This record gives sequence, structure tokens and C-alpha cells, in this order.
Amino acid sequence: MSFSRYSAALGALLVFFTLHLPGSAAAQSVDEQVNAAFAASTGWFVSLIFSPFPGTSFPWIVAWLVVAATIFTVYFGVIQFRGFGHAISLVKGDYSDPNDAGEVSHFQALATALSGTVGLGNIAGVAVAIGIGGPGATFWMILAGLMGMASKFTECTLGVKYRNEYADGTVSGGPMYYITKGFAQRGAPGGKVLAILFAIFCILGALGGGNMFQSNQAHQQIAGIVGEYPGWITGLVFACIVFAVIVGGLQSIARVTEKVVPFMGVLYVVAALIIILMNADKIGWAFGQIFEGAFSGLGVAGGLVGALIQGFKRAAFSNEAGVGSAAIAHSAVRTKEPVTEGFVSLLEPFIDTVVICTMTALVIIITQQLTVDPTTGNYIIENGAIVTVTGASGVGLTSAAFGSAISWFPYVLAIAVILFAFSTMISWSYYGLKAWTFLFGEGKTKELTFKVIFCIFVVIGAAANLGPVIDFSDAAIFAMAVVNIIGLYVLMPIVREELTSYLTRLQSGEIKKFK
Amino acid sequence: MSIKFVVGYDGSSASEAAIAFAIKQAKLCDASLVVAHVLEWSPYSFLTKQEVEERHRRRKEELSRAEESVMKPLIAKYQKDFDQIEGVIRYGNIVEVLMSITKDVGASQIFVARTGKSSFTDRVFGSVAGSLAAHADVPVTIIP
Repeated sequence: MSFSRYSAALGALLVFFTLHLPGSAAAQSVDEQVNAAFAASTGWFVSLIFSPFPGTSFPWIVAWLVVAATIFTVYFGVIQFRGFGHAISLVKGDYSDPNDAGEVSHFQALATALSGTVGLGNIAGVAVAIGIGGPGATFWMILAGLMGMASKFTECTLGVKYRNEYADGTVSGGPMYYITKGFAQRGAPGGKVLAILFAIFCILGALGGGNMFQSNQAHQQIAGIVGEYPGWITGLVFACIVFAVIVGGLQSIARVTEKVVPFMGVLYVVAALIIILMNADKIGWAFGQIFEGAFSGLGVAGGLVGALIQGFKRAAFSNEAGVGSAAIAHSAVRTKEPVTEGFVSLLEPFIDTVVICTMTALVIIITQQLTVDPTTGNYIIENGAIVTVTGASGVGLTSAAFGSAISWFPYVLAIAVILFAFSTMISWSYYGLKAWTFLFGEGKTKELTFKVIFCIFVVIGAAANLGPVIDFSDAAIFAMAVVNIIGLYVLMPIVREELTSYLTRLQSGEIKKFK
Repeated sequence: MSIKFVVGYDGSSASEAAIAFAIKQAKLCDASLVVAHVLEWSPYSFLTKQEVEERHRRRKEELSRAEESVMKPLIAKYQKDFDQIEGVIRYGNIVEVLMSITKDVGASQIFVARTGKSSFTDRVFGSVAGSLAAHADVPVTIIP
């Protein structure tokens, strides 16, 4: 079936929605219905993923990620610090053979993977973490980012090593492939089942964190500027653009986004740095709040544990270390040494979490967006979250923090959020599609089915409330980490073999610099 | 050691004129000619995930297209009159690649047309001829 017929079908669907939702009142009720139905159908899944250890408030999934990152850090001998310089050399192209020019470079692989991770997690996620966990959440977030570098190294090395290469030169890779092939190679049972489970969770993650959360936050931003209006309208507009890119093959839109997003990222960091430098006298105090809050909780809900949970949760949601998504993105790179892609990928959590997330956190803390009770010195808590000066949370809190120092920046931020949201959606539509084709096979009709479902979820995400959407988004993405990390444990000896062999050849001069 | 010249070729009529001039010069001193066709490529450009996945296939297609429809007919055309001519196709920044080919083959001179295919970008970012003249380690002949 041609693209034009599908466009016509989607157009008919839009007309149907429009005709059945004539007024704003009806539209509001649709938003509410979507929200209620969504919360009811996903609640059990969210509870399962975030259930705490018996007798505590500590979710087992957070421990799962922390323990994994710690094990990989120890197992690979703090590779995130040992290999940091080499990773930079690889990205600079020092080890790239000039005869391979024209292939995807390490820099391009890193930039493409980063465009999928740098986004709302860095802007909204950090604000959510600080809003609930206090400044101390920042400390745990940075720690999670540093540890997560080792998880990323492991999964991306495996992603390249066990990818599928097809006759036409294209490649498919990711946890579903390394779990299937790697388990078979090691003689471990259950590879196929785990791979299928991962693919299912990846599809849910793509629809949740990679899609609904993004369209939801994009709608909040637009509504914040032009005034309240029904979310499904934003959803439909976004769905049409996403449809044009992923179904219509309008790569030009995606290409423009890929070019604008890095600039937005740099602009964001520069603005944050300016604000931090404008308040240079408070930097010491802000770090004091971060360290004090990390170990005492500074009176926030759940104290130390509350700060830690928020920090780790939002870090994982932002940099996706251990989740397995980056392994899909990096696997397409042509390199003779899978471990080089591991090295390059370990820069991702560093840039995403240690640098960008910390910037957001410092701006929120330094501009004193969190209200403090003058008598106790503790933060004022209402409904489990810190009361902010403007009453905003999520993106709104970050926006208020930047706006308090640079009055026009919220407008730039709004555009950045919308672009980040769009870029993340396109990235996750790709991850989701890879999982979908792993389950159902490659083929135009099968691929189109997923793409249409993806577009429908854009509308649902924009229409639903933040609460249920953020819960489901987190749950789906962490479910991917459950399966992926089991795979990483089984396959980490293979990564170590690769690493040892590579480092030996690097030291002996067998692998040489070209620059 | 035989004398070698490198000529930059981008498909424009000006660059064909550069080849014709280089052949004349080569005949005078019994030199051989390396015609270089550079496919502009930066390892620091941004690609979408789809483009990353398809890059290897695209590269193969681009190279074979350049070989079949650009280089082979070109070499065949000039070989009738001058057989000391060969072609190379490379990816990268035009100026850097021309200099690197010159070094690799041990050429003693580079020939390029003054204006290439894109005179607009030449004006904005500086021309290949200008940059080569400024940076090359060997004499550069710029053909008007």
C-alpha cells in the first residue's frame, strides 16, 4: 500500500476525532476519560516494577540498577575512569582509519545516541527528582551517572559484537540480539525467552517514556505559553509530524532536528553556566545543600532514602544506562573492534547526567526555587513534594528557575523542550521498531502497524495527566533494565575478553593511532 | 622516481579544463597523473538513526556510482590520448584529501580549477583552490 493511501487513512481518522469532539467541554472529558482508562489499565504494571522491599520504602528496581552498575564498575576495573581519555581519543578520530572515511564515525554514533537520551530527562526529570528528593537527589544522580558509565560500556560493546548484518549492508542490533546469540554461545538457557521479554518491554518503553511522556511534556510547554487547551490537539499535531517522518520517510525533518538539538543542548548548558556564574557566591552553598541533603535528606519526604531513590530513578530515566536502548543505537556503527563502541558510549551518561543534569540541578538550587521553613531550616513539604516558589513542578520548575535569572529564557526552553521531545520520540520509534521487527519479523506491513500504533500513543500521551504517564513511562523503561541486566551478567565475561584483548593490542602498538 | 601530478576533479567543466591543462604539463616532463574525485564528508556531521543504520550500504552505493558514472568514463576519455592517468575516489574534506593523496603518491604538484561546482559556498567559506594554495606542501597550479 502506498504512503498516500496511509496518509488518507490517517486523515480520515483525524476527521473522525474532530467530528466527534466538537467542543472544548467534550474534549476535556475525552482527556479525562483517556487519563482514567490509562491509569486503570497500567496501574498493576507500575506497582509491580516499583514495589518496595518488604518492610521498607526502597523499590527493588532501584537497588537492581545500583547493584548492577556497581558490579560492572568493579568487574571492569573502573573502566569509566581508566577508559575516559581513550574514549575521547576515539571520538576525536585519532584511531579512525582514513580509508574508512564515509562510514559512520564514533563521533556521529555518540551524537546520534545522545540525541535520544539528552532531552526531557535532563530538564523535567531533574526538576522532579529535586522537587521530591531535595537537593540531595543531585548527589545520588551524579553518582548514578558515574556508575552507569560502566553499564553503558558493557551493553554497547555487546550490541556491536552480536548485531545482525544483512546482505544489503544494513544492521540490526541490541539486547534482543546479544541475549539470543550470546546466551547460545555461552550455553546459557533461556536466551530466546529473555530476548522476547526484552523486546516486549522495549516496545512498552518506546510507547511510554519514549513517546507518551514526551508528548505530554511538550503539550504542557505549549499550553504554558499559549494558555490551556485540550491535550489531544497537541497530540494530533505531533502525531502527524511523527507520522510524516517515520511512515512518510521525511528524513529531512528528522535531519533538521538532529542538527538543531545539539545546538539547543549547548545553548542550554551555556545558559545554565551563565546563571551559575552570575550567582558564583552561592556555588559553595549549593554544593553544601547537595552533600548535606544526600546524607541527611534535609527534611524531605523519606529523608536520605527518598533523595537516593529519586536521584537514581531520574538518572536512569535520563541516561538510560543498563536499559539497553543505547545498545540498539550504537550497534549500527561499523568498527572492527566492538569494545571501541563501548568506550565511546561510556561518555554518554557522563555528558547526559554528570554534566547536563547537574547544570539543571544547580540552577534550580542556586535560584532558590525551593521554599524553606525559616524556623526549622527544612524544606516545606506538601503532598510528598517540596513547595516551590512559583508552585511549579517538572519542566515548569526548571523554566521558573531559568526565568528568574534570564527573563526570556523560558521561551527558548519551551522550544528546546518541544524539539527534545520530538527528537526523543523519533529515536524511540526506532528502538521500538527494532524490538517489533525482532518479534514479528521484517516487512513493510508489520513495520507500518507499529508506526501507526506509535502515532496513536502520541495523542494518548498528550491527552493524559502527567502522574499516570510518568509512572508508566518509568515502569516500562525499568522493565527493560530488568531483562537487559540479567543478559549483561551472563555475557560480561565475553566483554572482559574483548577488553583485555583490545587493551593488550593497544599497549603493544598493534592498534595504532592514525593522527 | 617518476614525476606525479594530482588533479582535483568535481565534475564541473572548470575541473575538466584543469585535467586538460595538467595533461599538457605532464606530457612536457613525462609525468603521470592522478585524478582525484572527493566525496565531501565530515565525520562530525549529525545523522539520524535511520541514516546511521543505512550508512554502510549508502557508502557502497555512492562509491560504485562515482566509479561507474564519473571516474571510469572520465579516465576512458583521456586515456586515448594519454595513458599515464589513473583515478582515485575518496571521502572527506576536499582540501585535506587532495593533500593527503599528494603525500601518499609522492606527487610534486597539484592542479585545481579556480572555481568548483559551488561558487556560492566558495565565496562564503573560501575556495578549495585558495585553501590549497595556502596549505599545500607542494606547488599548486590554479586553472582559471
